[in-house]
Amino acid sequence: MRAWSWIRAYSVAVYLFMFAPVAVVLLLAFNSSQFSGFPIEGFSLRWFRRLFENEAIMRAFETSITLGLLTSVCATTLGILASLALVRYRFPGKDWITTLLISPVLVPETVLAVGLLIFLRYLSMPRSFLLLLLGHSIIALPFVVLVVQARLVGIRRDYEEAARSLGAGPFETFLQITLPLLLPAVFAGALFAFTISFDNITATIFWRPAGVETVPTQIFGMLRNSVSPEINALGFVMIVVTVGLPLTAGGLARYFARRRQ
Amino acid sequence: MARVELQSVTKSFGQITAVKKADVVFEEGSFTTLLGPSGCGKTTILRMIAGLEAPSAGDILIGGRRINDLPIHKRNLGLVFQNYALFPHKTIGQNIAFGLKYRGVPKAEARDKVRQALEIVRLPGVEDRYPTQLSGGQQQRIALARAIVIEPDVLLLDEPLSALDANLREEMRVELKSIQHRIGVTSIFVTHDQSEALAMSDRIVVMSAGEVQQEGAPEEVYNTPATEFVARFLGAANLFDARVTAADDRLVELETAAFGRLTLPRDRAARLGDAGPARLVVRAEKLALSEAAAPPGTVSAAATVAAVDYQGQLARYFLQIGDSQAQAIQMIDGRPYPEGAEVTVSLRPEDCTALPPASPDGESGPTGR
Repeated sequence: MRAWSWIRAYSVAVYLFMFAPVAVVLLLAFNSSQFSGFPIEGFSLRWFRRLFENEAIMRAFETSITLGLLTSVCATTLGILASLALVRYRFPGKDWITTLLISPVLVPETVLAVGLLIFLRYLSMPRSFLLLLLGHSIIALPFVVLVVQARLVGIRRDYEEAARSLGAGPFETFLQITLPLLLPAVFAGALFAFTISFDNITATIFWRPAGVETVPTQIFGMLRNSVSPEINALGFVMIVVTVGLPLTAGGLARYFARRRQ
Repeated sequence: MARVELQSVTKSFGQITAVKKADVVFEEGSFTTLLGPSGCGKTTILRMIAGLEAPSAGDILIGGRRINDLPIHKRNLGLVFQNYALFPHKTIGQNIAFGLKYRGVPKAEARDKVRQALEIVRLPGVEDRYPTQLSGGQQQRIALARAIVIEPDVLLLDEPLSALDANLREEMRVELKSIQHRIGVTSIFVTHDQSEALAMSDRIVVMSAGEVQQEGAPEEVYNTPATEFVARFLGAANLFDARVTAADDRLVELETAAFGRLTLPRDRAARLGDAGPARLVVRAEKLALSEAAAPPGTVSAAATVAAVDYQGQLARYFLQIGDSQAQAIQMIDGRPYPEGAEVTVSLRPEDCTALPPASPDGESGPTGR
């Protein structure tokens, strides 16, 4: 009994230690003081205002969101197609292709980043936004494939066979039956892809063309000079986007599922 | 409605041959059952007719037209699955109307047809519900409605009753048969349940290990099994070793260890030669037990009741007749014979069937029940 309460206390301590920095950022975002630190002098939204007035940051935001959405679209589309092939068809080399698709998760990001750069140098192509999109899609793809595949395995083939027997062609069957049944996984995969792209810094630093900043690289750049309280406000916004988005989506999904009952 | 024909259809999956040179005709408007244990190839045949598997060799004809290369969605077949396979994200109405959409049926007409189909399966007014809001039996009726509303040439039923509980299954089997009879669609029904097959079918095709063992009307398959497998798979049968002692066009005389000599009409031993070993098939319910002497016109033997399985109006007796064991099923009034009772078993030769012994490769060997 005693041992258990120790373990409990220890776990709580570990989690506190891990989440405290996040809490600090969230709190300091509303601190009115010039300097980023305690004690908190008063409540203020001035750092948020400053944030929205900062053109560089707003541009970075725009880039990040565009990149995130495009990555999400690319990775999800490719992920659905790959999952369909891997789950519904038999072909030689299937295991190899599965491993290959998942490998970006396993390979250190730096290695992947340098590799892609060298490859582009070899093709004598310049760094571009397209490269960034391509790279992010590669990094996000495994997550989409894993999520969509897991769901697709659970969708019995009967449904598709029934639709086919009733007169629907293969593509119609996908649109009418498979995709709607797959939708929760597609959503989850798309969200994953978006947040992975939105958060990514390591590979982005290697791949971004000159003058293009995403939110993480912008923060990184700002930190080199000083820790401005603006960064706390920016951190707050990023946490809201990357945590809030999936939570909202999950909540909405549950709401609609309940209403259907 | 159409006649379906398999012409020496073979299907192999790698090394395994699931169906070996099947030649079967499913007559227009008939209700035919493919019966056999799991893995006998019955489902593979159904899936080949549906277009879900392609035959390795041979032709499949529907209404006289070869359809081997016709993709599934152009075959105009109704398919009913064991697990219903109703689209969970569509309402009942949308489920049933699904096939009509691809047949260019206008919306208003489709709504009427959906309503009619729901009336046929006796579930009117559930159009706006979702499949999960219905019970298993109701879901299977919807699946049937969805399959028949498109007026298919052939209705394919893949163990549609197996997922239902026992009472519902018997109710549904009467209903399914009557619906089929009413709309007159050529139906092919796959099951491993012999009582379903006997109750519902116009014809039964018994399969084992990828081969058709026997085809015929239920009474024919039941009363005059063509192989030992069929004898054992349908109902409870006793098989006794025998030897042909005399034979002509009309009669066949057999010698058995248990019952001595008995004479069968030729049509009960059509597959036997004029000499050599044979197997005598006696249905469990054709063995009569009594304490008195055997009635005239029967052959009999003394037996001991080894065990009794009391089932209310029936009792199943496990008997020891000399060196061989046998099962007998009898109606009882009063009390069943107790274990250890000495009785006389008798049978009428014309109720028996004689078969050549199973070939040693075990193809039609005693693999069934």
